[in-house]
Amino acid sequence: MERMNSLAVVAEGVRKHYGGAPALDGFDLAVPEGTVCGLLGPNGAGKTTAVRVLTTLLRADAGRAVVAGFDVAARPAEVRYRIGLAGQNAAVDEILTGRENLEMWGRLYHLDAATARRRAGELLDRFGLAADAEKRVKHYSGGMRRRLDLAAAFVLAPSVLFLDEPTTGLDPRNRDEVWQAVRELAASGSTVLMTTQYLFEADQLAHQIAVIDAGRVIADGSPDELKSMVGGDQIDLVVRDAAGLAEAARVLAAAAGRDPVADPGARRLTAPVHDRIGALTEVVRELGERGIAVEDVALRRPTLDEVFLSLTGERTARAEEGGHGEEDRAA
Amino acid sequence: MTTLIAPVIPRSRLQRLRWTFADGGVIARGNLIHLVRNPSAILNLLLYPAVMVLLFGYVFGSAMNVAGGGDYREFLMPGMFAQTMTLGVMTTMIIVTNDAARGVTDRFRSMPISRSGVVLGRACADMVNSVLELAVLLGCGLAVGWSWHRGAGNALTALGLLLLLRFALIWVGIYLGLMLTPESASAAWMPLMPLTMLANTFVSPELMPGWMGAISEWNPLSATVAACRELFGNPGWGGDSWAAAHALPLAVAWPVALTLVFLPLSARRYRRLDR
Repeated sequence: MERMNSLAVVAEGVRKHYGGAPALDGFDLAVPEGTVCGLLGPNGAGKTTAVRVLTTLLRADAGRAVVAGFDVAARPAEVRYRIGLAGQNAAVDEILTGRENLEMWGRLYHLDAATARRRAGELLDRFGLAADAEKRVKHYSGGMRRRLDLAAAFVLAPSVLFLDEPTTGLDPRNRDEVWQAVRELAASGSTVLMTTQYLFEADQLAHQIAVIDAGRVIADGSPDELKSMVGGDQIDLVVRDAAGLAEAARVLAAAAGRDPVADPGARRLTAPVHDRIGALTEVVRELGERGIAVEDVALRRPTLDEVFLSLTGERTARAEEGGHGEEDRAA
Repeated sequence: MTTLIAPVIPRSRLQRLRWTFADGGVIARGNLIHLVRNPSAILNLLLYPAVMVLLFGYVFGSAMNVAGGGDYREFLMPGMFAQTMTLGVMTTMIIVTNDAARGVTDRFRSMPISRSGVVLGRACADMVNSVLELAVLLGCGLAVGWSWHRGAGNALTALGLLLLLRFALIWVGIYLGLMLTPESASAAWMPLMPLTMLANTFVSPELMPGWMGAISEWNPLSATVAACRELFGNPGWGGDSWAAAHALPLAVAWPVALTLVFLPLSARRYRRLDR
């Protein structure tokens, strides 16, 4: 019938307007079966609208979308049997226990009582919630709630899972737990489409990253392809004394092979580097030899801001929040 | 370790219908567990009516006259019953808006679940809730000296009319709930509370200024209250107006009309969430 060979999600020229401004403006995407796709973009780029169209919650004005082999507009019921959705808020019931939540969703998927119970047990084990299964969800941490929500979306082991900003608002530990859960889902063979505002998150989890801006995909590729498009990793350097700024800039320029961007007020220098560790080691050694006091040196991935700057050629109106994405700080 | 779970697709109309009821049952059960496990909800359920009965029965009641004579607390209780049923619309609205805000509605809509089952579950849970509220209020009424005087049959008919009003308001609540945010739903208290008083609930419309009395007489709530007073044999002469003279048929007609308008409207609104 409509089955597209080995593509779990296909969107072609999808448009959606709310009132005046378009939320999706010619959205194209193709996600192969069994892969994780990160839909990356700032607030208001159209990520959630895209997920809502693909999960049959929203009807597109124009274009075509096929999920798990069925057209979302023409055969929504068939699509719903094959997808799971975990939205921005964990749709879990606080008053019920973790186990009761999963049994309830199982019953709503029309599993018989015994199967729903067994499935709930399996999912609790799998998502690391077995020890807290009989606790009411209101006593769960943010990460546990999200994992329970993922488990609920996974009751039928759907072939395509949609996760809308699954880690927003979580602390690093809880976030890591959710990442682990997403890896589990992907390893079990489901296709995962997740939205995120953070490049490093997409980098951690996704085989494919699609960057969305103003309702359309402006770049699409593997994390490595995308990062090289943006210019790779960055060295961030803060000198203790403004007097050392000029000399530090020369050191960094030598290591990076190009002049760094300077922010004299913050005594900060930034330059993209290709040989990450080699460049970092060289910079630190040179600075040490020349006696330039350094307050902070960090190697980091480009932030979403920088991705956008590079892809669109203009800085988005986004504030700096989320800008300090990368973990592997060396100081 | 994972069992593969094949999606079950309903084959016949009968199967689909059975699922609608099964879905409704699951959702209603979840909602009722809330009531049982939520101490503040239980306290609200028990305490609020008792406080209101004492407040209106004794604090304001001492200054009240019943048009046509009679004991104020006897006059008051049918008004309290109907007011509680009407304010139940808040419960429906708040749960519907919360479900939407928490993403529960989205998940339902992304699932192969019958739309009518979701609504049916909501309606069942609200009705059970209202029966409990009514039972508590009946107890409070009996404790302050109210009673029914025209036999169990008439009394049960009156309770039926009260629940009919609540049933009609479920659809109003779902319709408004699908359009409002949780914040604005909570603020609906403001216009709703006066509307339940701009009726014959606490005072006879006869004793109000002319225009206010006219509005109060035609308030759907007044029809239910007047019909209940009649059926319970409680005092409260309704006046000479057409509305007062036909309280019983109006107490059926108003809720039926509300249901006929708001049930299709809320179904349409639910279908159009994808716009």
